[in-house]
Amino acid sequence: MTTSTSSQSLWQRVTAPLSSGPAAYGFLALYVLACSVLLLTNPRTELSTDIVFVLFMLSMLVAYRSRVAGWFKVVLGVVALGVVLPYFGTLNPFYIDVATQAGIFTALALGLNVVVGFAGLLDLGYVAFFAVGAYAWGIFSTPQISEINPAWGPVDPVMFYPFLIIGLILGLITGVLLGLPVLRLRGDYLAIVTLGFGEVIRVVANNLDRPINITNGSQGIRAIERPPLIIVDQIRNLGIVADDNRLYQLFFYYLVLIIVLLTVIVVARLKHSRIGRAWEAIREDEVAAVAQGIPRVRMKLMAFAIGASFAGVMGVVFASKQLFINPPTFDLLRSINILAMVILGGMGSIPGAMLGAIIVTMLDLQILPRIAAVLREAQAAGAPIPRQFDPTQYQRLLFGLLLVVMMIFRPEGLWPDERRREEQHEVEIADEELEADKAAK
Amino acid sequence: MALLEATNITKIFGGLVAVNDVTFTVEPGSIVSVIGPNGAGKTTFFNVLTGIYKPDKGRVVFAGQDITGWRSDQIAALGMRRTFQNIRLFGNMTVLENVLIGMHVHLHASIWSIIFRGRTMVREEAKARNKALELLSFVGIADKRDELAKNLPYGDQRRLEIARAMAGDPKIILLDEPTAGMNPHETAEATQLIRRLRDERGITVILIEHDMRLVMSISERISVLDYGSKIAEGDVQAIRTNPRVIEAYLGKGAAGQAA
Repeated sequence: MTTSTSSQSLWQRVTAPLSSGPAAYGFLALYVLACSVLLLTNPRTELSTDIVFVLFMLSMLVAYRSRVAGWFKVVLGVVALGVVLPYFGTLNPFYIDVATQAGIFTALALGLNVVVGFAGLLDLGYVAFFAVGAYAWGIFSTPQISEINPAWGPVDPVMFYPFLIIGLILGLITGVLLGLPVLRLRGDYLAIVTLGFGEVIRVVANNLDRPINITNGSQGIRAIERPPLIIVDQIRNLGIVADDNRLYQLFFYYLVLIIVLLTVIVVARLKHSRIGRAWEAIREDEVAAVAQGIPRVRMKLMAFAIGASFAGVMGVVFASKQLFINPPTFDLLRSINILAMVILGGMGSIPGAMLGAIIVTMLDLQILPRIAAVLREAQAAGAPIPRQFDPTQYQRLLFGLLLVVMMIFRPEGLWPDERRREEQHEVEIADEELEADKAAK
Repeated sequence: MALLEATNITKIFGGLVAVNDVTFTVEPGSIVSVIGPNGAGKTTFFNVLTGIYKPDKGRVVFAGQDITGWRSDQIAALGMRRTFQNIRLFGNMTVLENVLIGMHVHLHASIWSIIFRGRTMVREEAKARNKALELLSFVGIADKRDELAKNLPYGDQRRLEIARAMAGDPKIILLDEPTAGMNPHETAEATQLIRRLRDERGITVILIEHDMRLVMSISERISVLDYGSKIAEGDVQAIRTNPRVIEAYLGKGAAGQAA
């Protein structure tokens, strides 16, 4: 305890002058500028770029937390995420893809955070709602639809946009359908049922190719349509030469960015409303909350459905971006991964969930594979690593270890909600008092 | 017409008859107490009235509606609020937020209004905040509105629980041992507050209490429970001299000596 407070005060001593006043403006501008220059001058795919890239993404969260004027944050955000990052993406398309993935999972983590963090309902099958959205667009935009009824043909790709709303509604409906029977359960029981539900959706997708071929079973759905690019001709007229794939990468990047922005706004507003307060009350003390007239099941259902609807929208985007989906895309590990993002970032905390999503996605797609690659090179170069040891096999182990270490040393998450931090510390203090009592005896 | 009418309430846990055929009426605008030795079934009776337990037998009629078997939140929304014997505040929320939670049933901003920061929502929130502040000053802790509820001293936590209960504009408030663990000075203040609830706000009060001085000074009617049954009912004078009540509290024989 004493060590953690003193290290915290040291941290604060370093960051306090930089988080407010004119120094903060300079620091943030310099930070973003430095990262941008480093990225744009060295767009190769290697570990150092990875690290700068992570720092670059982090700059947005640092800016969010600093006490600077709102317009300055907006300008920084627009410059960094709206201009620098996409431009960097044209130099090295790998990173724009990573950023898009991180965005997709940020929205998912924010959605799951409503369920787990705000309302305190442990949902282990969250990816099911994601799958529903993805399969909806996958089936309706491809000739797969004709398998269901030969008279039907795939919808026009421009229908992608209304399908974002349809995905939202489908997620919502699925959330309510699952929630209605199970939300009377509490804690562990709820977790098990949602876990089962997640698996059921995957297994259904895997087996619904007979008697009527709806999902094309384990082979998945291929050649999923992308929406037509609306302003592509104008861009070409400007003299910018870019092939379709590049343009689509940028398109999906911006689309995801917009959806994440909307998600953050919606989630933050809900949190600070009568609904958010009711969720928090239910999480803290269900009996007392109900005694204040809060309808328990209805509020929980609302949390479940709202969380699910974000996943539904992102499912549509994901299917269209990936062009291909199959049942293993939506397995339990995916749900656990999203949950890990929420917990790693800090349950109930909006910047926490975003940070968690970015870090886990980076680890998954970039940093861990890179470390494995570096180790393999060293192995090939004759470093004393046994030949049977295959570093790529150990990525998940490293990830797991990281989680364990995090939970031991920072159980409240990387960027906890202020209140949640208190809850954690309460437990610690109580523990210490117990220890002190024992020592006294 | 009676505000609250509980008829022949029975609640059984396994082999234990916690509340046995209790009939209980409360007139609007009154302060009534339910007393009895520990384990007499007082809190269980409260839990039946507020819908936490469903009665095995009997009916509860409140404000002209048969609320037997209703859910807790429905009963609370109809205007019956309570405090808890072992204080159940939302400890990690601020004092003000606790009161706002109590107002939940009166806030109607739609989800769209919340997402788009609609005028109804903004205005409603501002109004709710003002009302919450007014309630906090009524119970005397307005200056602590931004503290976390769990950091309040004990007496203030009791006050906050009452303010939270008042936030729903209840017709009736059930107070479960509101002065438990208080010193005489704090008890006197609490007594004052309970009286003001009725006199200034017109809220009917039912009280479970062990402090006999408080009970005798404030109640207009008293019901006595023992082993789950109602053994006596009447005004202060009648209860004070009732031999069965003295027996329940002091044991057999005491009644004879007292008389």
